Amino acid sequence: MDALILTVWSLVKIVLVLVPLILCVAYLTLAERKVIGSMQVRVGPNRVGFKGLGQPFADVFKLLCKEIIIPTNASRFLFLTAPILSLAPALAAWAVIPFADGWQIADINAGLIYVLAMTSLGVYGVILAGWASNSKYAFLGAMRSAAQIVAYEIAMGFALVGVLMMAGSLNLGDIVRAQSGGFFSWYLFPLFPLAIVYFISGVAETNRAPFDVAEGESEIVAGFHVDYSGFGFALFFLAEYANMIMIAALTAILFLGGWMSPIDGWGDGIHWFLIKTAALLFVFLWLRATFPRYRYDQIMRLGWKVFIPVTIVWIAVIGFAIYFEVGPWFGTVRSGGL
Amino acid sequence: MTGQISKYIKSFTLWELLKGLSLTGKYFVSGNITIQYPEEKTPQSHRFRGLHALRRYPNGEERCIACKLCEAVCPALAITIDSEQRADGTRRTSRYDIDLFKCIFCGFCEEACPVDSIVETRIFEYHFENRGEQIMTKDKLLAIGDKYEEQIAADRAADSAFR
Repeated sequence: MDALILTVWSLVKIVLVLVPLILCVAYLTLAERKVIGSMQVRVGPNRVGFKGLGQPFADVFKLLCKEIIIPTNASRFLFLTAPILSLAPALAAWAVIPFADGWQIADINAGLIYVLAMTSLGVYGVILAGWASNSKYAFLGAMRSAAQIVAYEIAMGFALVGVLMMAGSLNLGDIVRAQSGGFFSWYLFPLFPLAIVYFISGVAETNRAPFDVAEGESEIVAGFHVDYSGFGFALFFLAEYANMIMIAALTAILFLGGWMSPIDGWGDGIHWFLIKTAALLFVFLWLRATFPRYRYDQIMRLGWKVFIPVTIVWIAVIGFAIYFEVGPWFGTVRSGGL
Repeated sequence: MTGQISKYIKSFTLWELLKGLSLTGKYFVSGNITIQYPEEKTPQSHRFRGLHALRRYPNGEERCIACKLCEAVCPALAITIDSEQRADGTRRTSRYDIDLFKCIFCGFCEEACPVDSIVETRIFEYHFENRGEQIMTKDKLLAIGDKYEEQIAADRAADSAFR
């Protein structure tokens, strides 16, 4: 009986997280087009429904009505599996995200590792899609994506090590709780370089502009999903935007204090988490509207020769700071965490 | 050496990137200048060269005297005119066709016309549904002239000081 209740309750929680998430993804696509439109002094979509609010649904219905084409030489099974492999980890990672104190589907101790694993798994969808399509453009996109993820995963991991050292825990809830007490105790300040590196690596990891060489419309048409149409394409789209929200939410949790209010005593809650996530998502769109695509070798250079050294140096700095208990941030760390 | 150092400082403070972001940010808050076409329209000049029309005198007599100056001046050879003597002894067109696929809307016909008969109106939203409809016959042109005479006359009057 208990097991049944647990199962049902878990399912309810999953639905409560996923349905708003899918809606957020839908409206993120609209927000993206509106924001980028505004930055280019255009209006963006405004014809479907009130002020264009029906646009995401119109897009979805259009995609669902399209014929699904499977290329003759494609590996059929992998071709159909790839979109699912891309979307499933993007959604699964949300299991450990704490929306507010105690508001998470699974409060596991290795939450950070789980998230890291899930976000990295998403690349298998991309690689398989490129491989199974049996097309040179798709394959190029997949290769680029793989190399890029490998490069930026390391920097991302190192950035997380900094958070780990400060919080002394892998549990995402504990990490947020360690940042309580106003915006001055957020990890953004002691870990500023790591926060920047983490966010930029997140942009690269989600294959978003300016790191979207895996798609590279102007060079390799649409990269790994060039052969996908209809629903398969919609799934890749969904995964990309779910990953974007994921990275924004993680940055908010790890560096901006999650559900903690910026000023002590203003009342913590899910609204702060949502505001921070939305602001970071806006930065995602802002970056896309501003920067041209990186050249491929420049992406590799940035990942291997800039981010990894920067993060290693900063981890060393944090290590010393924590050991000698210097500064306003590091004095209390040892008693609380390590 | 100092150049190298300042280069490092510049790239590690993300200076250039922030400059770019501030530019797009400025445009983001500046509001857009889009005109929503079917609902909103841009202002038009009274010299706008759109669809053609043949005008009449206030007494209802058509202005065109079939001098064929427009046909001669037309760089695209879009105008075809046949003329005949009417019962009252005046010279009039029996056929006045403008092929809108050939027409380049240069306005030379309008300038060449000694009696201000052929004019170009402000109309630019029109379409054809069948082959052959692009030939504007005399009847069609006169009908347009009759319908928009007020606007056409006002536009000519506004421009008269410069002619």
